[in-house]
Amino acid sequence: MPKTPSKTTAKTHPARELVFGDLWEYDPAPETADPKMKKKYDLFINGEFVPAKSGKYFPTINPADETKIADIALAGANDVDAACKAAQKAFTHVWSKTSGQERGKYLYRIARLLQDHAREFAIAETLDGGKPIKESRDFDVPMAAAHFFYHAGWADKLEFLAPGRKLSPHGVVGQVIPWNFPLLMLAWKIAPALATGNCVVLKPAETTSITALKFGEICQEAGLPKGVVNIVSGAGETGAAVINHPLTTKVAFTGSTEVGKLIMRSLAGTEKKMTMELGGKAANIVFDDAPLDQAVEGIVNGIFFNQGHVCCAGSRLLVQESVADEVLAKLKRRMAVLRVGDPMDKNTDIGAINSREQLERITALVKSGVDEGAELHQSACKLPTKGFFFRPSVFANVSMSHRIAREEIFGPVLSILTFRTPEEAVEKANNTAYGLSAGVWTDKGSRILKMSTLLKAGVVWANTYNKFDPASPFGGYKESGFGREGGKQGLLDYLKIS
Amino acid sequence: MPAPQTPISLRRLFDEIGTVDQVGIEERVAKHTTRSLKKKSKVFGLRLAVTMVDLTTLEGKDTPGKVASLCQKALCPHDEGDIPPTAAVCVYPSMVRHARKHVGGTQVKIASVATAFPSGQAPLKTRLAEVRAAVADGADEIDMVINRGAFLSGEFGLMQDEIAAVVEACGKATLKVILEVSELETYDNIRAASFLAMRVIRPGDFIKTSTGKTNSNATLGNNQVMLEAIRDHYLATGVPIAMKPAGGIRTAKQALHFLIAVKETLGDEWLNNRRYRFGASALLNDLVRQLEKERTGAYQAPWNFSEATEGY
Repeated sequence: MPKTPSKTTAKTHPARELVFGDLWEYDPAPETADPKMKKKYDLFINGEFVPAKSGKYFPTINPADETKIADIALAGANDVDAACKAAQKAFTHVWSKTSGQERGKYLYRIARLLQDHAREFAIAETLDGGKPIKESRDFDVPMAAAHFFYHAGWADKLEFLAPGRKLSPHGVVGQVIPWNFPLLMLAWKIAPALATGNCVVLKPAETTSITALKFGEICQEAGLPKGVVNIVSGAGETGAAVINHPLTTKVAFTGSTEVGKLIMRSLAGTEKKMTMELGGKAANIVFDDAPLDQAVEGIVNGIFFNQGHVCCAGSRLLVQESVADEVLAKLKRRMAVLRVGDPMDKNTDIGAINSREQLERITALVKSGVDEGAELHQSACKLPTKGFFFRPSVFANVSMSHRIAREEIFGPVLSILTFRTPEEAVEKANNTAYGLSAGVWTDKGSRILKMSTLLKAGVVWANTYNKFDPASPFGGYKESGFGREGGKQGLLDYLKIS
Repeated sequence: MPAPQTPISLRRLFDEIGTVDQVGIEERVAKHTTRSLKKKSKVFGLRLAVTMVDLTTLEGKDTPGKVASLCQKALCPHDEGDIPPTAAVCVYPSMVRHARKHVGGTQVKIASVATAFPSGQAPLKTRLAEVRAAVADGADEIDMVINRGAFLSGEFGLMQDEIAAVVEACGKATLKVILEVSELETYDNIRAASFLAMRVIRPGDFIKTSTGKTNSNATLGNNQVMLEAIRDHYLATGVPIAMKPAGGIRTAKQALHFLIAVKETLGDEWLNNRRYRFGASALLNDLVRQLEKERTGAYQAPWNFSEATEGY
């Protein structure tokens, strides 16, 4: 019998895999509205935009194509001093004498103005930070407005937070925020601070200052009294100046655990109040009775949302051994239709990594995963030639001792581990220095309740992931920080209780 | 035909096929609606949707004249713009022979609802006779309804046997099995019924959402549940089952959202009218309207499209 070419065999026994090809390609759908950005941004101090006293600027770039977008004023210690003094003056003479009802009015006005300017804020956020436009449009900006609306409602009802106790604001609050959700983190910080009667000096992350400085324009448009909100842009030294300034009596920080520890060291022995929202290495736990397709959707949402630049990202997938292969197969199929590329394209699911530095960090950690013997799967999508991009990545056969299972990667990289029993799942989930968030996927309601009490995490999501609401407090255990943002608990962190 | 089965419990079936989380799947399909289709990709999608329409009239007042105009519309949806014919016309069994006069021998297929559509509440013998009659009159495709009563009372074997009997009665005609999702109510039930049906029909036969005669019809949610069931069945057995959402899809935009669901769930091999159909009537006009807009650069006056076919 003549040898049959293998092609024929393949034809008679078609491989049962789906074809996600180019039969129907989506054309580019770029967002083209004008973000109304300036070429040069100054510091927002005492209600005015002023250059840094040193006259220094630093460039901010678009991580999707590495082009310069604008020059940002670099605040030095003397600028921070001016901002803190302006805030103190505003607090003493104006804001502390403004009734809760009046403060609420300003917050409502800011919330509505953010909605009015939603489109330009979304575009500015995407240009400066690299996140897909559909996320900044559908998540970041609407959520930021929602936080102002929520806290506006609280401003004249603070007495109900702690009945029978006397509540008073701290005065000037120093706030330092990260680059992953620039406008939203600003809202998380400024809205409760203003609602509770504090004045603010805020430092945005150096790679993403634009929407914070644009927010200064919103404060002007809202007629917010001068000095109530001050925004000083710069790098780590500027942040240190804000935090260590004698006038800031409370400090709120969101960022890496490493920097959080530095701040706590420098503030040890002072009377300053602190809240810290730091890193995470969340366990997303999938039991064998879970609705697997929805669990896969939650896994994707948990790790690839905002390129994985999310402190509560579900970066460790714990999946019950009996369904591990099926979950991985489904996950790969789902990843095949994720679209990576130009963040300004409305069909882009995964945008640009925020900075070269972060891209290098992710690359190094992924290399360590390969070196330590984990099995890497990456989606086959085409990446843009310019800019900072990283393929959505999944590691199978990860063990608890691997670096990729212990360190926060802060990128689109998932580590998959397996477990056999609920007890083992809890043990593995809690075996980490962090404790910010966790996810549980199961059809069994009682198991959800039990897991949520056993998991040492500030937030436990059940059959969903990355859900946020201004009314829901957010914060961590262990090295993920302390204090809560959002809800009643978040407000109490901005008040002195006596 | 498979041997009659003893009823198996729904729980045991779910252990095998898995369940569906309502919140999760609705979140998934919401993402389909944020896809933005421009230029060529939009025209491709609109034309593809036209070729997938089962242009339908299912009314008590249907006449040979109405069916004739429906058939003309199916063959030539618009006098300008080189718009392709639809996949099929879909009529009651009594109208099949009238439809055959107009579309017989063309690429437009004749589909006929049968099995005491839409309730299915007639003796099996009567339902099978109706199927045979429609096929004998020239129907290429039969749209049957499942026995929802049997499903809801847990008699899965009975439900499957009846489908298998209709498969036999169909002969060479393609079968579309209507689950009537609004009467099954939950996504879990829709998934279960999809699997029960897929296990007794042939490669290339369809599962279909609805009759269009209840107040809730095809949605992106139940479409997604069925697409995922088809995917899981295909990957497990190699048998490709086709899909037809029906009822409630009235605009071109909706149709594109459904097609995006197909593209991102089942992939390229389902993006054709052998594997995917729309049971619709008003939809065709809107597809044509949007295609004319893309061709000419402007929306045309409403009287350029036969709005009187609203009932189609």
